[in-house]
Amino acid sequence: MKFTKEHEWLRVEGDLVVVGITEHAAEALGDVVFVELPEPETMVAAGSEVCVIESVKAASDILAPVEGEIVAVNGKLSDNPGLVNEDPMGEAWFFKLKVDDLGVLDDFMDEDEYKDMIG
Amino acid sequence: MSDLLRLPLHELHVGLGGKMVPFAGYEMPVQYPSGVMKEHLHTRAAAGLFDVSHMGQVILRPKTDMAGLALALERLMPVDVLGLAQGRQRYGIFTDDTGGILDDLMFANRGSHFFLVVNAARKAHDFAHLEQHLADVATIEVQRERALLAVQGPLAETALSRLEPGVAAMKFMDSAIFLTEFGEIWVSRSGYTGEDGFEISVHPGGALELARALLAMEEVLPIGLGARDSLRLEAGLCLYGHDIDATTSPVEAGLAWAIQKARRAGGARAGGFPGAARILRELDDGPERQRVGLRPAGRAPMREDTALFATDGTPLGTVTSGGFGPSVGEPVAMGYVPASHAAIGSALEGEVRGKRLPVTVAAMPFYPTHYKR
Repeated sequence: MKFTKEHEWLRVEGDLVVVGITEHAAEALGDVVFVELPEPETMVAAGSEVCVIESVKAASDILAPVEGEIVAVNGKLSDNPGLVNEDPMGEAWFFKLKVDDLGVLDDFMDEDEYKDMIG
Repeated sequence: MSDLLRLPLHELHVGLGGKMVPFAGYEMPVQYPSGVMKEHLHTRAAAGLFDVSHMGQVILRPKTDMAGLALALERLMPVDVLGLAQGRQRYGIFTDDTGGILDDLMFANRGSHFFLVVNAARKAHDFAHLEQHLADVATIEVQRERALLAVQGPLAETALSRLEPGVAAMKFMDSAIFLTEFGEIWVSRSGYTGEDGFEISVHPGGALELARALLAMEEVLPIGLGARDSLRLEAGLCLYGHDIDATTSPVEAGLAWAIQKARRAGGARAGGFPGAARILRELDDGPERQRVGLRPAGRAPMREDTALFATDGTPLGTVTSGGFGPSVGEPVAMGYVPASHAAIGSALEGEVRGKRLPVTVAAMPFYPTHYKR
């Protein structure tokens, strides 16, 4: 698993990259009450805003970590946004991204580096 | 956060795991480890303890008589002060010459004096305002030391009456003084959540022990500013600087209920407050725009500053407070729209991240209030 500075986790599943937010991020956000998911089958640029998460406190964006095509979104989050707090690293993935070259993930942090970053 | 003031119970909040954030010049707990949602729901189900010591507390002691001071206060507020019985508290509004709201407050008649509680962000303004207008008729005793705690929720009476049985006999908006093991406590049966409950002014020497005694009870959890805001929003209560300010009149803000008969046209002491021309006119003819409750159709919250439109695209106004209502289970909001679009059930649109989403004008409170009348 890889991690971004924006507190997203990236997991490789076949030729896809599954994206979610870390437990640390979920805790900082507080109780999530709304998730706006992207349209499947859309191309997204690296760093573009793909999802919106609203917690009781504020709205935050989830960015596409790399360029690719969104091929699946987790509809469960629309009905049960609280899943983000219950199981951020597992059930509560946000979208799956098809990328040309999985090698782009090498640039991201591994778990130890991420833990160092959040202290 | 070095420029920020600290609450008398700062160490308690930190010890409880409170996440401290800057608010109105103070370091305040926005939430505790249980989180905003649980804190909100716990307050509605049992009892929550809030530290609101950042608010301004002031005693106005008449130099001659209470009636003269009451009339002087009536020259600052469109509210019946003279008619307020001893031992009772009332909601007040300082207005300016244009009819805008300078602050909203609570004031109590305590027989020999009035006791006022004003918004933290308006303390400096209000104390100067009182000094400027009332110095001839009252001594103005700012209570800088006293803490202010609120116990709110259906079990607030159960909890607080264990420490002071006398509070159980109080009714909504009663104000009383009790001598307790925590020193003299000044109690009113009121709050900012829509629930039954009490606000307790206590000397800092007794505040920590009082807070600890309440938190030791299984009904009581500490509640931060986050849940305080969602609770008051569901109750349809205004937050100064957001839902009301110097650009909004009390009538526009839906606070006409706070203007008693005595101060209205034909009343015993009609007018005679700042902005009377506009406020009395709006009471008669209706305001041009109104604060309304808003229920977004979807699950996306419409937060403060969300632009509101008619379904034909005409800009109408903005959301002044909005978020998710944990007890309602859906987003709720309030904002200003022209009177033409203020009827309950009016279909509007709010712009969230570039998209116009449906929202309906709805009655407030969004969640039923439970005051002990």
